[in-house]
Amino acid sequence: MGLEKAMGDSFVVTKLNEAIRWCQKNSVWPQPMGISCCAIEMMAFASSRFDVSRFGSEVFRFSPRQADLMIVAGTTTYKMAHVVRKIYDQMPDPKWVIAMGVCTSSGGMYRTYSVVQGIDQFIPVDVYVGGCPPRPDNLIHALMMIQKKIEREGSKEHHQAQPIFIDQPPTISV
Amino acid sequence: MIAQRAAEKLKERFPDAVLSVSEFREQILVQVETSTVRDVCIFLRDDEELQFDMAIDVLGADRLVVEGTSEKADYINDPFDRQIRSKKQEISMNERFEVIYVLYSNKHKEYVRLKVSVAESGQKVPSVAPVWKSANWAEREAYDMFGIEFEGHPDLRRVYMPEYFEHFPLRKDFPLMGIPGSLPLPDKQ
Repeated sequence: MGLEKAMGDSFVVTKLNEAIRWCQKNSVWPQPMGISCCAIEMMAFASSRFDVSRFGSEVFRFSPRQADLMIVAGTTTYKMAHVVRKIYDQMPDPKWVIAMGVCTSSGGMYRTYSVVQGIDQFIPVDVYVGGCPPRPDNLIHALMMIQKKIEREGSKEHHQAQPIFIDQPPTISV
Repeated sequence: MIAQRAAEKLKERFPDAVLSVSEFREQILVQVETSTVRDVCIFLRDDEELQFDMAIDVLGADRLVVEGTSEKADYINDPFDRQIRSKKQEISMNERFEVIYVLYSNKHKEYVRLKVSVAESGQKVPSVAPVWKSANWAEREAYDMFGIEFEGHPDLRRVYMPEYFEHFPLRKDFPLMGIPGSLPLPDKQ
């Protein structure tokens, strides 16, 4: 490992809670709820150019029982809402939700009878990401917000959490 | 133009069924009598010369609002007020809906369109799903969106909307944002 060499015989003092949160925030396994076109940007977010494995979230789980974070990526219709909710219910606690794109956040350009005007009408959302679709940078930003949230709040009851809104991509210095 | 030839042949073969033939930008549209549409379609498919062997689409249309009249804007502003309809529109309720068939001949690489009118309630259109298999889901879509019923369809269920949904969303008198409570959401805990 090499860690032994760096650390020598020394040790680290911390709180158990904080150690657990540190583990949790660096291994957020997403459940890709790729309902429509935002899913393409979600794939870019996962693959080599943007490489979400830098944040420990490369393990996309298609089984909700192994996932911590649901990325709802795409237009959610009333018919699909029941499926999204069912999958959300199957995820074990603690769990988090990103509403990716304007369709999931507010219905977006689909101001119509068939599209749910914001998925927060039926599941609690932690981070809303604007954009149509949002760039992968923006989604990474949202993931970092989730990480900060885990660090700050830990795995408290999901519906008590306060949502975060992201409407601008983070500034990137090269 | 094989489509023109098809119109001529239809006039010859079904003199009572063909109501009108019109042309727009070299596209032939044949209006036929609703009850005869399946026979017309079988003829177009099986005729040696024509061979319209493919149904590209079967689609519904709602003519509740007459195109180009001022009633249109009033009506959309107040979709529940049925009194806005003029007398002309009341008469047209006997032909409120249309079903349009877009047929293609793989031999001639040409299209022909058929149109039938359907009354607001009670009238059924003979299904062409037994003629072309591709018409099956297209007719289900027209049923789902407009409530046009097809007689002799093997499996006339909704396609897009949930099966418990009671309305027909592409009708002109259906409000844009839907009818509150008609599509339930799961409970938020």
